[in-house]
Amino acid sequence: MATTCFHCGAAVTGREAARTLAFDGRQVALCSEACETVARRIRDDGLGDFYRFRSAPAAPAIGAGSGTRWAAYDREVLQREFVTEQPDGSREAQLLVQGVRCAACAWLIERAMTAVPGVREIAVDPLTTRTRLHWDPRVARLGELLARMAALGYEPGACTAEEGDRAALAERRAGLRRLIVAGFGMSQVMTYATAMYVGAMQDVDSGIGEFLRLVSMLVATPVVFYAGAPFFAGAWRGLRSRRPGMDLPVALAIAASYAASVWHTFRGSGEVYFDSAVMFVFFLSCARFLEMSGRHRALGLTGALAHHLPRLATRLGDGGPELVGVTELAPGDRVLVAPGQSVPVDGRLESAAARFDEALLTGESRPVRRLAGDAVVAGSINLLEAATVRVERVGAATVLAQIGRLITVARAERPHLVEVTDRVAGWFVTGVLLLAAMVGAAWLTIDASRAFEVVLAVLVVTCPCALALATPAAFTVGMSALARRGVLLRRAGALEALSRATDLVFDKTGTLTEHSAGIRQVVPLAGIDAPRCLALAAALESRSEHPLARAFPPPDPSLTVVDVVAVPGLGIEGRVAGVRLRLGTPGFAAGPAAPDAPSPAAAADSATQSVWLGGESGLLARFDIAEQVRPGVAGDLAALRAAGLDLAIASGDQEGPVRAVARQLGITDWHARLQPAGKLALVRAMQREGRVVGMVGDGINDSPVLAGADVAIAIGSGTSLAHHAADCLLIGAGLEALPTAVAQARRTMRIVRQNLWWAVAYNVLAVPLAATGVLAPWLAALGMSASSLLVTFNALRLGRTVPPPAAGPASTLSRSEALP
Amino acid sequence: MSIIFVLIPLGLVLLGAAVLAFFWAVRNGQFDDLETPAWRMLMDDDRNPPPGGDKPPPA
Repeated sequence: MATTCFHCGAAVTGREAARTLAFDGRQVALCSEACETVARRIRDDGLGDFYRFRSAPAAPAIGAGSGTRWAAYDREVLQREFVTEQPDGSREAQLLVQGVRCAACAWLIERAMTAVPGVREIAVDPLTTRTRLHWDPRVARLGELLARMAALGYEPGACTAEEGDRAALAERRAGLRRLIVAGFGMSQVMTYATAMYVGAMQDVDSGIGEFLRLVSMLVATPVVFYAGAPFFAGAWRGLRSRRPGMDLPVALAIAASYAASVWHTFRGSGEVYFDSAVMFVFFLSCARFLEMSGRHRALGLTGALAHHLPRLATRLGDGGPELVGVTELAPGDRVLVAPGQSVPVDGRLESAAARFDEALLTGESRPVRRLAGDAVVAGSINLLEAATVRVERVGAATVLAQIGRLITVARAERPHLVEVTDRVAGWFVTGVLLLAAMVGAAWLTIDASRAFEVVLAVLVVTCPCALALATPAAFTVGMSALARRGVLLRRAGALEALSRATDLVFDKTGTLTEHSAGIRQVVPLAGIDAPRCLALAAALESRSEHPLARAFPPPDPSLTVVDVVAVPGLGIEGRVAGVRLRLGTPGFAAGPAAPDAPSPAAAADSATQSVWLGGESGLLARFDIAEQVRPGVAGDLAALRAAGLDLAIASGDQEGPVRAVARQLGITDWHARLQPAGKLALVRAMQREGRVVGMVGDGINDSPVLAGADVAIAIGSGTSLAHHAADCLLIGAGLEALPTAVAQARRTMRIVRQNLWWAVAYNVLAVPLAATGVLAPWLAALGMSASSLLVTFNALRLGRTVPPPAAGPASTLSRSEALP
Repeated sequence: MSIIFVLIPLGLVLLGAAVLAFFWAVRNGQFDDLETPAWRMLMDDDRNPPPGGDKPPPA
């Protein structure tokens, strides 16, 4: 394994091998000048703890950029979008910060920025990367502050559209308040209930019993009406839309047990069920809260997508280049895109030629070459030299924004299964209500004085505890057990879908293979041996910025490289150890004197890309560069196949590389050159055949298909947006947690099914007893509690052990320790 | 046993105080981010971590 960058974790190759920094009494390697600058700054500012406590490598540093770039943020017209003026003249900016990967990043930014004069407060949310910067404009300018953040290696950008965010925060806080009321209330009422049960057996003073009932009622009232309010609201909504959901029996059970208990408290006789009602509300609130947290994380989506577009652009006007906000651009404007920057708009290229990395949109690992007049999409990164682009579409009209909308649409389509469950629940509820009414009517004619008691017994006994209580518990416990194994689930439904999955579709680049390529073989063509050719080529490529250059090993420092000229689209030329060499396409490498150069066209469609090395006398060697399958992937796939899953590849890449990877991994079902929409269509077609499809991917281009699949799995090293569209996140860099996740999902569903069967069996047994009046309400409540406890404990079993295909500990703590 | 008539109301008062304190904390954003503060506590001002440590050598 090659050395990795101390700052960003990227492999250190080629010319950067000698770049080191003293840290903690040892020399650490760094991959670029920008990373070195950032790491040095962090060390010298006394913030080295960042490296000791972070749980993920930092994003590669991008360099602070020019001062003018950030100064543009001082423009009032730009600030209007994301800055609010405080009453005392200070200002607050909402930012999205690129490169925040873990809590340590947030700590670093906060520590470093708080020390800057003029900064009143800064809060970074490591999860959504949203940052609130409160500063005094009389002391510091925003541009200066942002430049400081950029110097740390975190590029800030404006964050607009936070309406939804505020609503989510309010919802979260309300949920927390309900949870705590229910929790405190439950602990109290359960204590009183225990005292009463014990008291009933030991025949204690009845005055105390009455007092305890009154106190129970006092505590249970806010729990039922405040913490339980969402259930009543949900039941009412269900009734009004004539589609009674699970909320209805829950609300009925809570209301009925509460009402009866109040009645019995004032009557001074009969059983009270405050404990059952309160316990219900608490457990259900817990499940609701967890579900809500997951949903909110998904809400960060809009912000994350907008984040990939720069907020500023260099407009080429009559008066020369001018830095403006992207929103100020109009179709027809010309913008300049510097190398390394992403294109802010959709448009047409005006420069003669340029190379772009469109991986964000296509997932395509190779840079694409665009000529004058070709379309350029927002979000692609300009690789080599400054390019001029004529604006065609801005903001919401761009392809990237459309992908965002595609995700939203795909998400909205999904809750098919939820509807089915709701319908079944509706029938169940209707059945229970009909049964209770029939039983009540029957008892009115038999013995009217016992009618209420019996109806209540029926309602309490049929309370869908196993559904309403044990199922969420099983999901929650199953999910947290998986989280400890490095698998995060966005929503509880993902567990069910994962357990039913019959097919897994993998994206190729970054999922099955490494993002960067490696040299597969060296073919000497002119008598010079392979290692020597490789050394010469590596020395030359160490001066190249081309992505393929990263495949070459670090250069031998004894080889001097001079007179280097890069010819875009063809290759690189230079004098290595005194010999003139050319590296690139065969025609270029062979030099003008060699007409018999092999055609490079053959390489475009094969698994490998080839680079030729040529000298004065013609071609010297050929280097075949191929994508490398991630280590361990073959074993993980074998484990998944053993679990009975069918595997497939859907890639945006060319046919050759896809076929090669598929053959290497033994996957027969592969599809190449698929656009995001094509991948979605493929998944849809499989779904129409009745298969349950899990999609494993990492790029933004996968987001629509991730959202459209039955279960979407993203791997941790992928782009953050893909995470937002995924149901399931593998935190580690590889797929090793996936077999565990599938096994755990199936186990969870097995326990859920056991619980459901128990609930059915219990109801079949208990309902007739209750309906015939044999079962007194207190016995029904006892039976229900015992049944609830049984199913809950069954669910809790999930947390204790994790299924076999788990090798070694993968907790977040040990991961963070393992990092340098 | 009549002490219970004093103790339980006392418990209720404490319960109410606890709920109010929690509401106050929620309103002040104490629960908005449950991750960063935990890390910040670990890292703050600890200029001299124990030498050697239990970190494995870097990969």
